[in-house]
Amino acid sequence: MSLDYENDSAFHEELITQVLSQYPNKAAKRRQKHLSVATDSEEVGEEGQISECDVKSNIKSIPGVMTIRGCAYAGSKGVVWGPVKDMVHVSHGPVGCGQYSWSQRRNYYVGTTGIDTFVTMQFTSDFQEKDIVFGGDGKLEKIIDEIEELFPLSKGITVQSECPIGLIGDDIEAVSRKKAKEHEKTIVPVRCEGFRGVSQSLGHHIANDAIRDWVFDKGEVEFETGAYDVNVVGDYNIGGDAWASRILLEEIGLRVVGNWSGDATLAEMERAPKAKLNLIHCYRSMNYICRHMEEKYGIPWMEYNFFGPSQIEDSLRKIAKHFGPTIEERAERVIAKYQPLVDAVVDKYWPRLQGKRVMLYVGGLRPRHVITAYEDLGMQIVGTGYEFGHNDDYQRTGHYAKKGTLIYDDATSYELDKFIERIRPDLVGSGIKEKYPVQKMGIPFRQMHSWDYSGPYHGYDGFAIFARDMDLAINNPVWDLYDAPWKKTTVPAERLAAE
Amino acid sequence: MPQSAEKILDHAPLFREPEYRQMLAEKKLNFECPHAEQIVTEQGEHTKTWEYREKNLAREALVVNPAKACQPLGAVFAAAGFERTMSFVHGSQGCVAYYRSHLSRHFKEPSSAVSSSMTEDAAVFGGLKNMVDGLANTYALYDPKMIAVSTTCMAEVIGDDLHGFIENARTEGSVPPEFDVPFAHTPAFVGSHVDGYDSMVKGILEHFWKGKERTKAAGTINIIPGFDGFCVGNNRELKRLLNLMGVSYTFIQDASDQFDTPSDGEFRMYDGGTKIKDVRAALNAEATLSLQHYNTRKTLEYCREFEQATASFHYPLGVKATDEFLMKVSEVSGREIPETIRLERGRLIDAMADSQSWLHGKKYAIYGDPDFVYAVARFVMETGGEPIHCLATNGTPAWKAEMKELLAASPFGKDAQVWPGKDLWAMRSLLFTEPVDLLIGNSYGKYLERDTGTPLVRLMFPIFDRHHHHRFPLMGYQGGLRVLTTILDKIFDKLDRESMQLGVTDYSYDLTR
Repeated sequence: MSLDYENDSAFHEELITQVLSQYPNKAAKRRQKHLSVATDSEEVGEEGQISECDVKSNIKSIPGVMTIRGCAYAGSKGVVWGPVKDMVHVSHGPVGCGQYSWSQRRNYYVGTTGIDTFVTMQFTSDFQEKDIVFGGDGKLEKIIDEIEELFPLSKGITVQSECPIGLIGDDIEAVSRKKAKEHEKTIVPVRCEGFRGVSQSLGHHIANDAIRDWVFDKGEVEFETGAYDVNVVGDYNIGGDAWASRILLEEIGLRVVGNWSGDATLAEMERAPKAKLNLIHCYRSMNYICRHMEEKYGIPWMEYNFFGPSQIEDSLRKIAKHFGPTIEERAERVIAKYQPLVDAVVDKYWPRLQGKRVMLYVGGLRPRHVITAYEDLGMQIVGTGYEFGHNDDYQRTGHYAKKGTLIYDDATSYELDKFIERIRPDLVGSGIKEKYPVQKMGIPFRQMHSWDYSGPYHGYDGFAIFARDMDLAINNPVWDLYDAPWKKTTVPAERLAAE
Repeated sequence: MPQSAEKILDHAPLFREPEYRQMLAEKKLNFECPHAEQIVTEQGEHTKTWEYREKNLAREALVVNPAKACQPLGAVFAAAGFERTMSFVHGSQGCVAYYRSHLSRHFKEPSSAVSSSMTEDAAVFGGLKNMVDGLANTYALYDPKMIAVSTTCMAEVIGDDLHGFIENARTEGSVPPEFDVPFAHTPAFVGSHVDGYDSMVKGILEHFWKGKERTKAAGTINIIPGFDGFCVGNNRELKRLLNLMGVSYTFIQDASDQFDTPSDGEFRMYDGGTKIKDVRAALNAEATLSLQHYNTRKTLEYCREFEQATASFHYPLGVKATDEFLMKVSEVSGREIPETIRLERGRLIDAMADSQSWLHGKKYAIYGDPDFVYAVARFVMETGGEPIHCLATNGTPAWKAEMKELLAASPFGKDAQVWPGKDLWAMRSLLFTEPVDLLIGNSYGKYLERDTGTPLVRLMFPIFDRHHHHRFPLMGYQGGLRVLTTILDKIFDKLDRESMQLGVTDYSYDLTR
């Protein structure tokens, strides 16, 4: 179900010029490189490429502009490590980082929290001034001992460094080594201090490296392997995404021996190098470890997309092809099995959503991966961008975004507000910080990090929920109540002036 | 196939469908390498014991599920209570994303703040350049009337000097010469969000008051609310009471409009807040009253340097706390408490009398910020309830002493224990070993409700999983009525739930209670 449309390039170019004109010169020059409009692909013959989404990315944010980005700690503790359920993740440093990220990513898991699983808990070393002055290594040792005493069923510990750790010169590696030996447990020091890098992204990389250095090859892994063993990498099981994906992979005959890192256990990570194929969903946050496993253990990896039926179908076929006719045949059966559900969902929601225009601003894989899911429902993407994407993300976006799509990298609140105000899309998909400003403007919104407390959105089961959620956001009667009947218009003066 | 277009199942029912249950059971069995079920059960039971409690309370280093946040959150909240003020937090940028998210999740409102986005090079060379560029950008893009600067722990560890940096930025033309840029150092490794609040408000007062002469304006009062997730309801309620009394007052820091903007097509980045001219004039007030003592220790001390009279309260909620607050206002302002307020008071008492049989002897565990815990313990005792566990992760020895005094003054406080510096994992042990009827706190308490079965009443920031509570007051007699009703609802709902099994327990399923 490929939707044919083009966005208004000239209008979008004009919007970019307008927002840049409000910046001081130095900042305007820097921001200019991050904003563009998708053009026709020059790479003729590049398979699947439909446009060029060429912006500078993965560069330091400009001070004082209200970037939406987070930090390396958020990328490591919040994204990669936090969901590993049978380990205790210590937010090492002052209390805030762990407090604000506590239970906020909705990484679903099954377990007895506080006893054998620990995801929705906040473990912190709660640094005080004396820890800054005299160092926190002694405290960390004691913390590890206390975890052993009070949470003996934990399978390991990660030390998630907050800003001060790297600044005061603590040696968390030495402490981890010593304590791992003493307690005979996996202890992983992670150097994800928030000031490192330019966004969450370096935190993902650092977290990946920590898996490589502190988990892999640390001991004998006893595990009976099979011909169809795969790891699912970069699915954090938000609202149950990984479960709605796993069920499909199992149905086509694969054995998911590890899921990284939603609902994961340490054992699933340890045995990963024994799998036959790595299936990567969030390329941005976990490509590093896939490349490492390819290099060191010869495991190939494959990107896939489980948002919306078109992509699910394509992905299932692509994955099945890797394993040959038996699996391919099963994949076809699975696709056929779910087709009636897909048809029913599309029949129900297409008439309610057709032609609705969507702006996205998210992280990881979603700014491109969800585009076709919207298009499967007849909706159009007018703008998209990444909080912390790299060049390779924008290249891949060219496989999804139509010509004329407004592209924004590390957008500031100012830019987003102006773009949204002028474009007035029918729906914005972004994060909690963006939700309320957008809704105040009378524009429907869905959080596309947390699924707005809904989900799963992956897989066929998730697509039904996705469709329903977009409908309930756009077609709620509240949006028609904004204007008091005795007032003719509430369009802000500024916008009238601009028009 | 569990999902259908007619009846779309959400995550909760979806994953209870047989296909998924089987899938998850097999995942556990084949791939997770779990502990044996019996070991998990035994450990679970062990955590309910006195033995575990003793080890748990003896922890010296590890903190688990604390009920406190860090200083800059308080500073950002404080700055949101001043006219067209943008918070500028100097240091790493991820922190600011966290503060904004945290506040938005509670208020269901926009929360604007900027960061100076310091990275590794700034860690080595200092963040002066970030301050200079940052202030210029913030000023140009967001049209603030004031920029309030605070710090993340990164900037504090490397020792950046805010005052010097801001003056440098001013010299370089980042902001106009007379533009207001108050600041506060807010190290995350000292105190908690309530101290960050204190520092920021003091920083703003210092910025406007320093070196100024005070001309006392007799009878006028400043009110500082403190960090309060219920500021929307509370500040408006208190203003109503003060207006009824005809008092001349200024709220110093008032985020009630900022965190409650209307939906009418326009996004207001700034709304309401204390006017800058009013902050200047507040120097002349006869007295400054703090609604939350532990949020304003430094600020009130600063007010006293100007010979202002000061008084502080512990979150004036309930009967006597509201009485005392109003009488103090009356004393300072010389205005009588009008009959209408006495009638309001009478209506709260009336409600308490009507419901007293359901509240008398109920046992409570209360946690949260120090002033809040004090206030709730006091009100609970006014209803005949018995506080058993009073816990503040950011409570100090001074708070403990004050709590002890409060509890000792009532027969209903005789069994109470006070737990400064303890966290919610400690509370878990307390609830298992010495159970109570109700738990009062915030959304984090839901894990305690799940584990121990103690019904949770959400009355404090942050409340993420219930909507709009903060739009209604907790302070004053009206607030007392709301707290009373909330507690009663919880009790009645539980009674109904426990007596609604048809033909088994429903003999007690009374229509009238």
